[in-house]
Amino acid sequence: MPSHDVMPNMELYQPVQVEDALALAGRLAERGWLLGGGQDTYGWLKDRTKSPEAMIDLNGIESLRGVREIADGIEIGALTTLTELANNPLVRERYSLLADAAVKVASPQIRNVGTVGGNLVQDVRCWYYRRGLSCYRAGGNLCYADTPQGMNREHAIFNASRCVAVTPSDTAPALVALDASMVIRSSEGERVVPAEEFFVGPNVDIRNTTVLRPGEILTAVRLPATWANATFYFEKVADRNVWDFALVNIAVAMRESGGVIQDARFVAGAVQCTPRRLVDVENAVRGQPRNEATAQMLGTLASQGAQPLNHNGFKIHLVDSLARRALIA
Amino acid sequence: MNPRLTRRRFIKGVIYSSAAAMSGAGLYLTNAQSQSGAAVERLISINVNGRTRRVDVLPQETLAHTLRYKLDLTGTKLGCNRGECGACTVLIDDVTNYACSTLTHSVRQREVTTVEGLRSPDGQLHPVQQAFLDELGPQCGFCTPGQVVATVALLKSNPRPTREEARQALSGNLCRCGAYDHYLNGVMRASGQLS
Ligand SMILES: Cc1cc2nc3c(=O)[nH]c(=O)nc-3n(C[C@H](O)[C@H](O)[C@H](O)COP(=O)(O)OP(=O)(O)OC[C@H]3O[C@@H](n4cnc5c(N)ncnc54)[C@H](O)[C@@H]3O)c2cc1C
Ligand code: SF4
Ligand code: FES
Ligand code: FES
Repeated sequence: MPSHDVMPNMELYQPVQVEDALALAGRLAERGWLLGGGQDTYGWLKDRTKSPEAMIDLNGIESLRGVREIADGIEIGALTTLTELANNPLVRERYSLLADAAVKVASPQIRNVGTVGGNLVQDVRCWYYRRGLSCYRAGGNLCYADTPQGMNREHAIFNASRCVAVTPSDTAPALVALDASMVIRSSEGERVVPAEEFFVGPNVDIRNTTVLRPGEILTAVRLPATWANATFYFEKVADRNVWDFALVNIAVAMRESGGVIQDARFVAGAVQCTPRRLVDVENAVRGQPRNEATAQMLGTLASQGAQPLNHNGFKIHLVDSLARRALIA
Repeated sequence: MNPRLTRRRFIKGVIYSSAAAMSGAGLYLTNAQSQSGAAVERLISINVNGRTRRVDVLPQETLAHTLRYKLDLTGTKLGCNRGECGACTVLIDDVTNYACSTLTHSVRQREVTTVEGLRSPDGQLHPVQQAFLDELGPQCGFCTPGQVVATVALLKSNPRPTREEARQALSGNLCRCGAYDHYLNGVMRASGQLS
């Protein structure tokens, strides 16, 4: 599979109004490619694994940038960069979970241009797929990762359905934990989808990791006040601190009162194709104090039901440890 | 929000809207001659190291390609060409970017600074370059332009960083020779914290 220095010929559009971007996205449909920071995009194009006819660069659309207060919480424009997100006072004050996740993405240079929209919509990192093999996710009829010889150390331990790739995003688990909703526009109108329903696994759609359809643009992410200033915990385990995707990450939001956890959302990334709510853990910690004893009580609850592949059994221990650590850190 | 960022965004917003041209289909970030369809034109001007350069740029061309092969600015290195090494680091409006993963068309209304743009007009090295030499930062030297540029960006926003802050700021710049500590000494020297 060749890799090239240069990308193949294509058109580039740089609209400055969202309506023009929507019209283009609608007109070009599958032939067009939305461009945020491009940090997930250029590899696909240099490798010739994906070949759109045109890119629609969203960076000139000022209305898609920045963080605003809304009646019930805040709204983050989809083109806001990860660096802006990590430094934004509103985000840091009230939703530091998301700032902590954003700052763990890739490297400083990638965060300076990588957008929150691109981080959520980025495709899976399975190398077989990214190198252009015709696997299930690429429309073929086998999975190269899930074979006796397959290299699947980074792949899923839950909910595989033919494809065993995992969600690569560091911000996605944080947004699910914060009960965010995604604002999606097309030239036909707008729909708002809860973060948990925005991401879809291969059992629902093996070709796409989100509910976005051609012609649609993710314009903003809304964070409700429900989890503002809660107790938060984010941790990412990766081989290196920079550039590497999570082996497992965890985002946790907890409401404590009277010395016990009233409510909590525990979400793990990189263990299945979508951010995984650890519902059993959430139920177990409700009404318990946030301490070592509760952490011990969790035992292996976070990994219940895991089905590891040949090389990723370590993720079982990781997800259990991370869930426990959220209670003692 | 960081006041500097807000201001920059604001100014950029103004520049964007004034640079936008009406076409049949709407407003696009493109020059005034642009005709129907409003895809970008190839002949554009970009500001590199304080000079305006006219250059023929493909729509999908990366800034690293334009700099190295069209403007003869080969100080910007290509290591991986996919955002994984930092050898191609340049400043765009004082912010570090990987030139291998930036479209040249996206920098039209912005200021690009490469390692060639750092020394003063009389040829004197930038204090960061001098400090890196004094601390024997470079070994093979391939990653050095990127390390220099990343350090210049850091010292603009944080003139006296701690060693840990410097480590974070340079964390997107790989050095295969493993000269990290020497570079960090260089950052400390350039910021006047090492005599
Ligand atoms: C070396 C390297 C390391 C990385 N490490 C990490 C990591 O540790 N953690 C992590 O989370 N990610 C990582 N990434 C992935 C990715 O580059 C970043 O997450 C970045 O945030 C992607 O954002 P972008 O705006 O650059 O995406 P783009 O490349 O612009 O877009 C990605 C995808 O989303 C679509 N898209 C973009 N914006 C929108 C929108 N508004 N509406 C609808 N669709 C949209 C694009 O069409 C494309 O399909 C890494 C990438 C590289 C190259
Ligand atoms: S894990 Fe998914 S993406 Fe990877 S080879 Fe299997 S089907 Fe393809
Ligand atoms: S060449 Fe750009 S990051 Fe390696
Ligand atoms: S000095 Fe050789 S790569 Fe850094």
